[in-house]
Amino acid sequence: MNIYDILGPVMVGPSSSHTAGAVRIGLISRRLLGAPPVQADISLSGSFAATGAGHGTDRALIAGLLGMQPDDTRIPDSFSSAAEAGLTFTFHKINLKDAHPNTAVLRVSSANGRTLEIQAASLGGGRILVNRLDGIRVNFSGDAPTLIVHNLDKPGYVAEVTSVLSRGGINIATMQLYRNYRGGYAVMVVETDQNVPEESIEFLRQLDGVTKVTYLAAD
Amino acid sequence: MAFESLEQIVQVCQKKSVSFAEAVILEDQNDRLVTREATMQQMQHIWESMLEAGRSYDENRMSTSGLVGGDGGRMARYAETGNTLCGDRMSRVISQALQMGESNACMKRIVAAPTAGACGVLPAVLIPLFKESEEKHNAPAETDFVLSLFVAAGIGQVIATRASIAGASGGCQAEIGSSSAMAAGALVFLRGGRCDAILQAVAMSLKNLLGLVCDPVSGLVEVPCVKRNVIGAVNAMSAADMALAGIKSAIPADQVIDAMKEVGDLMDVSLRETGRGGLAATKRAIEISKKVQNISQ
Repeated sequence: MNIYDILGPVMVGPSSSHTAGAVRIGLISRRLLGAPPVQADISLSGSFAATGAGHGTDRALIAGLLGMQPDDTRIPDSFSSAAEAGLTFTFHKINLKDAHPNTAVLRVSSANGRTLEIQAASLGGGRILVNRLDGIRVNFSGDAPTLIVHNLDKPGYVAEVTSVLSRGGINIATMQLYRNYRGGYAVMVVETDQNVPEESIEFLRQLDGVTKVTYLAAD
Repeated sequence: MAFESLEQIVQVCQKKSVSFAEAVILEDQNDRLVTREATMQQMQHIWESMLEAGRSYDENRMSTSGLVGGDGGRMARYAETGNTLCGDRMSRVISQALQMGESNACMKRIVAAPTAGACGVLPAVLIPLFKESEEKHNAPAETDFVLSLFVAAGIGQVIATRASIAGASGGCQAEIGSSSAMAAGALVFLRGGRCDAILQAVAMSLKNLLGLVCDPVSGLVEVPCVKRNVIGAVNAMSAADMALAGIKSAIPADQVIDAMKEVGDLMDVSLRETGRGGLAATKRAIEISKKVQNISQ
């Protein structure tokens, strides 16, 4: 956690975890979807479910999905902005076990048919952590440049990714591997110290067996 | 890597013969690979946002629930009578804490320090001193206030690493307690206190708020949060004065932080921002909750 996670963010109130963190969860969902969402089905768990409405968590999540930053003074009126932007949404309460107290699950889709299911937690002070992506357990914040590769669970993909990054002079900060079952579907989450060039990402997208490549540049 | 203890910061101060603020700046430069100028500029922006949030207070604005608003203005007018129990400066501190807490509850733009619920504590102690300094010679310059924010941030970072700054994890002690410790340290720094005195102020301010639960009525960051910013600020002022007087805490600051974590872990979930225990569970709070829910429907 850096010193500007402590003093900051500059944000619209009333809660860094329930408002600013919720805006960031909405934003990262939009960025991971890679297109403006037109439909969002949002489930709130724990403290998000218990006190979310009073903290504007619902309005904050929608604001983030619309691309607003946590200091955007339009956050209190995000529901009307959503109507103008053509985003429809529903909210539910769920009870997730073994999840952080401030957790949301979003199922979002874009006009061009992209879909994404994301589970994320708001850790306090506006910081967030993505816990699940399309059903697979992950663990990243989106603060560092993050490369997410979905592929078939077969040998060689880690080597492909690391060599592409190595050729580009990109240093890997953290690397995590997940799969749903042996020989099934796998996700690689790579946080890097430098931004990953577009041609490296495009190269990975062309690889046989890679089903999806998502890249989050540093904020 | 960020500092894991306040002792580590003091060691850097001694080894490199630098101030507490400079030790935090150096570590930030290492951690984020930024220049001194870049981080100074970023902190200047935080400072200016704090001042701007202070100026944007509107005493006629009420929160959506109608529970809070206007008290900051009420306190400011009372402070102007010059006949308060706490004295002029402390009355302005109280007023500023209320104003910032109310602005936050009214969904205005504030600086989380370390959280939005506790956003009033640091500006409450710094803004009145800054206004005084603008009218005085030989007073701290604006740069000193920006540097004092690095001191506050360094303290908050250690608390976040060793314990928590989220009410949902550690109760209100993690929010108002942390902000009070950050403010106390910043005040000692501004008054030219040494690194050890900064740690004493942190230890004393945090000790005094250990065990504070997070029990927001109707789950809103309004009651008791706005007024808890006042105790955070007043407590920071008194802890800083004690430290500047040479008073020491029997328990070292890092161990107080560890105790705060332990207390937070032991705290029942109903007292950690769920809006189910403490003040939130009182008869009046339940009546208020029913009204608030009618408003939002």
